[in-house]
Amino acid sequence: MNSMPLLRIVPPVVRIARRPQRMVERQLMCYRRTWPILLSGFFEPLFYLLSIRVGLGKLVGDVKVGGRILGYAEFVAPAMMASSAMNGAVYDSTMNVFHKLKYARVYDAVLATPMGIGDVALGEITWALIRGLLYSCAFLLTMIVLGLASSPWIVLSLPICVLIGFAFAAVGMASTTYMRGWTDFEFVPTATMPLFLFSATFYPISSYGSWAWVVQLSPLYHGVALVRAANAGQSSWGNVGHVGFLLTMAFAGLWVVSRRLQSLLVK
Amino acid sequence: MSPEPLIHATGLRKQFGDFTAVDGIDFNVQPGEAFGFLGPNGAGKSSTMRMIGCTSPISGGTLRLFGLDPATHGRDIRRRLGVVPQLDSLDQELTVEENLIIYGRYFDLSRAEARRRAVELLDFVQLTDRAKSRVEPLSGGMKRRVTIARSLINEPDLLLLDEPTTGLDPQARHILWDRLYRLKQQGVTLVLTTHYMDEAEQLCDRLVVMDAGRIVAEGSPRQLIEQHATREVLELRFPAGTNADNEAYALGIGDRHEVLPDRILVYAHNGDEALAKAIGAGAKPESALVRRSTLEDVFLRLTGRTLVE
Repeated sequence: MNSMPLLRIVPPVVRIARRPQRMVERQLMCYRRTWPILLSGFFEPLFYLLSIRVGLGKLVGDVKVGGRILGYAEFVAPAMMASSAMNGAVYDSTMNVFHKLKYARVYDAVLATPMGIGDVALGEITWALIRGLLYSCAFLLTMIVLGLASSPWIVLSLPICVLIGFAFAAVGMASTTYMRGWTDFEFVPTATMPLFLFSATFYPISSYGSWAWVVQLSPLYHGVALVRAANAGQSSWGNVGHVGFLLTMAFAGLWVVSRRLQSLLVK
Repeated sequence: MSPEPLIHATGLRKQFGDFTAVDGIDFNVQPGEAFGFLGPNGAGKSSTMRMIGCTSPISGGTLRLFGLDPATHGRDIRRRLGVVPQLDSLDQELTVEENLIIYGRYFDLSRAEARRRAVELLDFVQLTDRAKSRVEPLSGGMKRRVTIARSLINEPDLLLLDEPTTGLDPQARHILWDRLYRLKQQGVTLVLTTHYMDEAEQLCDRLVVMDAGRIVAEGSPRQLIEQHATREVLELRFPAGTNADNEAYALGIGDRHEVLPDRILVYAHNGDEALAKAIGAGAKPESALVRRSTLEDVFLRLTGRTLVE
């Protein structure tokens, strides 16, 4: 495989994965009966966007970003979309995975078959992404209906949100492998809440002044910047950097997940 | 020359940090055989089973299944295995039938084929009427039967059962034994662990007795009893706390004896004769029982401890 150096960024157990789709199939089987649970995710964007459109937007007025004047709701909506992608991925890859890992022992049974660690890791992350994509579609639709989409390029927000989901699901699942019990999950909001509040979500990064570099360390900031750029229809080299940041995070997470699952389940 | 063994292990070891769970064991399992690992909790049975199941890398020695090395061909080996783990690992989010179908899918069966086999296997374990039920409300015995049905979905050449009947009531155990016996008659190779001697006697053609990570004896249940125990055993119960005082009565009336916390065992070819001698010498046991020797006695003889504490 030396002829394909690009493949080296993929962990070895993931490289030999052949059946991650079976994990997705299992999830579909679970949700076949409980699909109304999936609907709950569609209300979140609606409530978020309505509250901003109706309330905050009127109070705050317009925002000037990169030489353009935007209504506040138009400014915040893309950030909400990115945050919602983060939240969905984190939820799926922490609580849900922990239950299956420690209590339901789903993976122990799976690994007694020709399935491998890579199939489990990739399959579970893929599922988180599929579910996230559904919610992002709902979010996008709501934005369009409420008149918050400013450019046709906003459709790019869908693949961007999948990337945000990939990054957070991989890192979320990696942290889950270190959790000892349910109380450890108290730390999850401790991590995601500041990301949500301080990733240039509610005000432009210029407001942070000389602290802007701290904001740039937040992975959500890079996601927010990308969705915002899509909504504005602006392309810039900076976007390549944002994508690079999220991809790095995703693959770093995937490496940790593969190693940790190996040591937790194959011992 | 006997056929190539299905499982071939030499000097097999498993180490967890400083703790040695399996300390260099040798064994072979032939096709069609029912092979057992008998031993108390912590003897290394489950670690051995997980290594055979290719879900736990070996720490030393060699292990071959179907002539293949688990380290390099784990996937190919697992394709031919059925595994019934010690703790039921059924998918709680799915129904009984779905558990079997998705498991078949993990083995790359087509949906139609997985469905067909699921119906057939649920009939085999007599759970057709619970096919649409969730797993959670099932009794322990039923869950075990679902797990066994699930382990057969890929039509395995080798079925691994880790303490298949631990925690089940007597009736549930007998149903399970019956199903396992049928599988054996169909030519499925069985490897099981147990700390119940009656289970080993019922199901195993050949077994090894394990203690503290080592194999201490090997043979058929009958051979082991003949080699390591007498034909009969006399069990004497004296009032609590007086076993030591009464030990003298057990001397010389049989081949040997063993003082346990609650009773004294006398190993003798003829138990009734031994009892008559003890009474003749003035022993006044609260109760006395003569029975045939079991694997439990073999284990006690080999290790000085009972199987189930």
